[in-house]
Amino acid sequence: MTRWTPVCELAALDPERGVAALVDGVQVALFLLDDGRVLGVANHDPFSGANVVSRGIVGTHGERTTVTSPMHKQVWDLVTGECLDAAGKDPVDLAVFAVEVRDGTVHVGS
Amino acid sequence: MNTSPSQTQPDGGSADPDVAARPLAGSTAAALPAEVAAPAASQVSAPQRVVVVGGGMVAQRFVEALRDRDDAGRHHVTVLAEEPRAPYDRVALTSYFSGRDPEALALGDPALWQDPLVRLVRGDAVTRVDRDARTVMTASGRTFPYDELVLATGSDAAVPPIEGNDLPGVFVYRTIDDVAALRGWVEERAAAASRPVRGAVIGGGLLGLEAAGALKALGAQATVVQFGTHLMSAQVDLGGGEALRRLINSLGVAVRVNTATQRMRPSRRTGAVGRLDFADGGRLDVDVVVLATGVRPRDELGRAMGLEIGARGGVVVDDACRTAVQNVWAIGEVACIQGACIGLVAPGYAMAEVVVDRLLGGAATFPGADTATKLKLAGVDVASWGDAFGSTPGSMEVVWADPVGGVYKKLVLADDARTLLGGVLVGDATAYASLRPMLGRALPGDPAAFLLPEGGAGAPELELPDDAGVCSCNNVSAGTVRAAVTEHGCTDLAGVKACTRAGTSCGSCLPLVKKLMTAELARSGVEVSNALCEHFDLSRAQLYDAVRVAGLTSFSEVVARFGTAEAGRGCDICKPVVASILSTVAPAHVLDGERATLQDTNDHVMANMQKDGTYSVVPRIPGGEITPEGLLVIGQVAKDFGLYTKITGGQRIDMFGARIDQLPGIWQRLVDAGFESGHAYGKSLRTVKSCVGSTWCRFGVQDSVGLAVDLELRYRGLRSPHKIKLGVSGCARECAEARGKDVGVIATDNGWNVYVGGNGGFTPKHAVLLAEDLSTEELVRTIDRFLMYYIRTADRLQRTAAWVADYEGGVDAIRAVVLEDSLGICADLDAAMVLHLETYEDEWAATLADPDKLRHFRSFVNAPDEHDRTLAYVAERGQARPATAAERAGAGAGPVLVAGTTLEVRS
Ligand SMILES: Cc1cc2nc3c(=O)[nH]c(=O)nc-3n(C[C@H](O)[C@H](O)[C@H](O)COP(=O)(O)OP(=O)(O)OC[C@H]3O[C@@H](n4cnc5c(N)ncnc54)[C@H](O)[C@@H]3O)c2cc1C
Repeated sequence: MTRWTPVCELAALDPERGVAALVDGVQVALFLLDDGRVLGVANHDPFSGANVVSRGIVGTHGERTTVTSPMHKQVWDLVTGECLDAAGKDPVDLAVFAVEVRDGTVHVGS
Repeated sequence: MNTSPSQTQPDGGSADPDVAARPLAGSTAAALPAEVAAPAASQVSAPQRVVVVGGGMVAQRFVEALRDRDDAGRHHVTVLAEEPRAPYDRVALTSYFSGRDPEALALGDPALWQDPLVRLVRGDAVTRVDRDARTVMTASGRTFPYDELVLATGSDAAVPPIEGNDLPGVFVYRTIDDVAALRGWVEERAAAASRPVRGAVIGGGLLGLEAAGALKALGAQATVVQFGTHLMSAQVDLGGGEALRRLINSLGVAVRVNTATQRMRPSRRTGAVGRLDFADGGRLDVDVVVLATGVRPRDELGRAMGLEIGARGGVVVDDACRTAVQNVWAIGEVACIQGACIGLVAPGYAMAEVVVDRLLGGAATFPGADTATKLKLAGVDVASWGDAFGSTPGSMEVVWADPVGGVYKKLVLADDARTLLGGVLVGDATAYASLRPMLGRALPGDPAAFLLPEGGAGAPELELPDDAGVCSCNNVSAGTVRAAVTEHGCTDLAGVKACTRAGTSCGSCLPLVKKLMTAELARSGVEVSNALCEHFDLSRAQLYDAVRVAGLTSFSEVVARFGTAEAGRGCDICKPVVASILSTVAPAHVLDGERATLQDTNDHVMANMQKDGTYSVVPRIPGGEITPEGLLVIGQVAKDFGLYTKITGGQRIDMFGARIDQLPGIWQRLVDAGFESGHAYGKSLRTVKSCVGSTWCRFGVQDSVGLAVDLELRYRGLRSPHKIKLGVSGCARECAEARGKDVGVIATDNGWNVYVGGNGGFTPKHAVLLAEDLSTEELVRTIDRFLMYYIRTADRLQRTAAWVADYEGGVDAIRAVVLEDSLGICADLDAAMVLHLETYEDEWAATLADPDKLRHFRSFVNAPDEHDRTLAYVAERGQARPATAAERAGAGAGPVLVAGTTLEVRS
C-alpha cells in the first residue's frame, strides 16, 4: 500500500522549476507544471551520479513533458521516467514517484 | 642496434640529425653504411628521397598530396624554401594588410610539417643542382641528395626596365616581406607628411588593381597606370574594361590608360621616388610606387642545369610534368606546360597532383588549365572565364550593360546560341559561381536571362551535371560535393569543405557548394533549416528581430506568437535562448517571474555547476585589479566555507565546492565587502583581461588596466549568444593576449587598435583588425556596436570568431556596418547599449534583497536545514576536491574522505 508523506505546501513550488525533497532519506525531484500537475522523479542523475535532476529545465517534446539534466543534457519523460535522449550514452530511466496534492499540501507516495 | 647514419659520419660538422642534410663527399647516399648494416631494414626498401625546390603554394600542395596518398610511406620529402617561413597563401596576400598576421595566411594543416617523412628547410635557397651526382646545393652550403627532384620555384615579380626602378619607395608585390615593407613605407610617409601619401601602381591587371586597393586601404591615394587600352586587358574586353574603370574610380582610385611610364624620378629632398614621367609628356607626383607589370618564372636553376626553357621563360615539361632529364620534374608557375607558364594557383595544384600520381606509379596527365579568374577587390566584382574574347570561330556574344551602374556582362556562346564558351562579368558577378561550371555545356532557356539583374526575369535553375567542375583550385566536381552529402553524411558546409576540400583555397565557389549541398540534403529528405529547435522554426537571429520588433517581454508571449503549432512549453534549447534575447530587448532580473523558468541551472543560481552538482563562485575583479583587502575577503570566505580556490585564466579567483544552499551566505559576505557577480556562469561578458600597462610597465604606452576596468564595468552582465571575453594590451608586446579574445584592444602611440573575432579553446583563432588608432571614445562606440550587432545576428552558441567568419563579406562588411553605418542601424545599436547600461544591476545583490528569489536556493523543500550528505571530498595539495567513484567505493581503506564542505558561516 502506498504510504503518503506530506512534503510541502503547493505554494512553496514555482511553476516549471523543480525542487528537491527528502522522503525517507531518498532525494525526490518535484516539478509543478504549467497546467497545475505536480510530478516526481528521482533527483539522482544516473549519468553523472550527482543529485541534480530537480535543477533541470522543464519543457515539452511533442505530447510529453520532460526535464533535461543540467549536467550533460540527457532528457527524461517526467510522467514515465523514460529516458528520451541519452546524449550518446546507453539510456537509463528515472524512478518515478506518485504525487498527490491534498488540501494545498503536496504528498509523495512510496 | 640501429645506428643513425649521421652518427656514423666522422666529420660530425653538422648538428643536424637529418640524413640528407649532411655534407656529402662525392658519394651518393644510396650506399649509406647504416642502411646496409640494418638487417631488419633490408627487407623494406629505403624510402625514396624527394627534394622539392621552393616552398610556395604548389610545393605545399605537392607535399600534402604525397603524404595523403603515399600510404606505404615510401617517400621522404624535403622542401627547400628560400623564404623564411612555411608555405603560405599567396593568393590571399592582400589580406595581410587588414590582418597584419602572417599566421592568418597559413595554408592547410600545420601538422604536415611535423610529419616524420616531411622536412621543411626555411630561409635557404638552392643555388646549384648537380644532375650527375643527384644532389642540390644551398646558399648556406648544405648539400641534399635526391632520387626525385621537383622544381617548384614559382615566379618573381617582373621589374620593368624603367629608369629609377631601384629607387627607395618602389616596391613589388609578391611575398609577405614585400607587402610588409610596402606597408611600413606608407605608414612612415604618412607619419612624416601632413598630406595624404600619394601612390601609383604601374600595371592595370588583376595584381595591379589588388595593389591599388591595398594602397587605398592604407590610407594612401592611388593611381593605376595602364600601358594598354583598358584595365585587366588579359581577361576582359574593352566594354568590360570601361565598366571596370568606372567602378575603380568610384572607389577613389584614379586610372590612366594608354600610358607608358618613361622614368621614375627621385625627390630632391628625400632621394626616394618622387615623380613619374610619362611618354605623352604627363607627369605624376608620387611617394610610393608599386610595380605590377607581370611575373617572370624563376627558371634560373633549370637554365644552369641545361634544361629546355620556353620561349618566354619557364622550365619546359611534358603533360606528366617531366623535364627531359630523368627524375627531374617542374610544377607550378615555373613550369612551361603545353607551351606556356600559367600564373594561377589551380593549374599549379593540378600539376602537383600529377607528379604525386606519377611517383606512386600512376599515369596522370595535366588536364589543361582553367584560366577562369575573379578579381579579389572589395567592392569591385569582376570575373572572366573561358573564351572571354569570343575568339572561337562562329561564336556569338550576348551583352548586357548598365553604364550608369557600372555593370557589364557578356556571355560568349557557340554558333548554336546555347553552348557556353566563356564570359565576362563586371560590376555584378553573382552569376559566376553557377555559370562557370557550365563551360562547354548548353544553357537551358534564354541565355540573356542569366545576365539580367537579380529580381529580373529570373534565370532558370541550373542543374549542374555531376562531372562539372565546381572548385577549380582543388579540382572538385559537382558530383563529389553531392557525394559528400549522400555517401559521407555531411550535413553542413564545414563538413563538406573538410570532406571534399572544395572552397578551401580561394573560396569563390562557396556559394555554389552551399547551394549544391542544400539541394542534395533536401533531396535526401534532410530538412535543412535554421530552426532553433522543434518549438521554433526561426533561427536565433530571426527570433531576436521578431521579439524586438513585436516588443514582447515574456516567454509565454514569445512562444504563443512565434512558436510552432506544437510548441508547448519549449525546451532546454529555446528557453535559455529566449531568456538571453529578452535580457537585452526587455531587461529584467534572471529570477523575475517566468524568467526564472527559462534559465539553465548556472544562470538560475548564478554560479557554475561542477561535476558533483556543487557550484563554483566567481566575484567580479574588473581588469584583474584587486586590492589586498579584497584578496583577504575572498580568502576568508573560501576558508570559512571550505572552498577550493584557483586563479582563472581571466585574471580572477574561482571558489569551488559551494552547495546550492550555501550560495546566498557566501554572496552575502562578498556583497557586503563590495564585490558583485562576475557572471562567470553566463553566456555574457566574462572578463576584460589586461596587462599592467603604462601605470607600471617600462614599455606601456597607454593605461591598459584603466581601460580594461572601464570596459568590464560597461559590458558586465551583457548577455549574448555565447560567452564574450575581452583583452586590453598596453603596447604592441601584447602581454594580455588580446588577439585571442572576442574583442582585443592594443594600445598604439596614437590611440587604440581594435581586433575582433579571436578565440582560444577548441579552434583557436587570432582576432582580425577592425579599426586602428581610435580615441577612447571612438573605441568604446565601436565595441558597443560590434557587440550589439553580434548579439542581434549571431546563431545560438556561435562565438564571435565563427560569426565573423560566417558573416557575408567577413570583417570588411562588419566594419562597414559598425563604422560607416552601411545598414543605417547604428543609432539603434547605440540605443540598445544605453538600455543595457541604464538597467544594469548586480543580480546577486538584488537576489539577496528579495526573499522570493532566495526560495530558489533551498537544499530540500521539506528540510531546508539539511543538505546533500552524499557529497564527499578528498584532500589533495592542501585543498578539498570531489572524491572519485573508486575513492567512494573504497571509503575507509583509501584516502580519507572529508565530509561535505559543511563549515558553517560565522555570523
Ligand atoms: C597578390 C597576389 C594575388 C594573387 N591572386 C591570385 C588569384 O586570385 N588566383 C590565382 O589563381 N592566383 C593568384 N596569384 C598567383 C598565385 O599566388 C601563384 O600562382 C602561386 O603562388 C604559384 O605557386 P608556386 O608554388 O608555383 O609559386 P610561389 O608561390 O611563388 O612559390 C615559389 C617559392 O619558391 C621560392 N624559390 C624560388 N627559387 C628558389 C630557390 N632557388 N631555392 C629555394 N626556394 C626558391 C620562392 O621564394 C617562393 O617562395 C596571386 C599572386 C599574388 C602575388
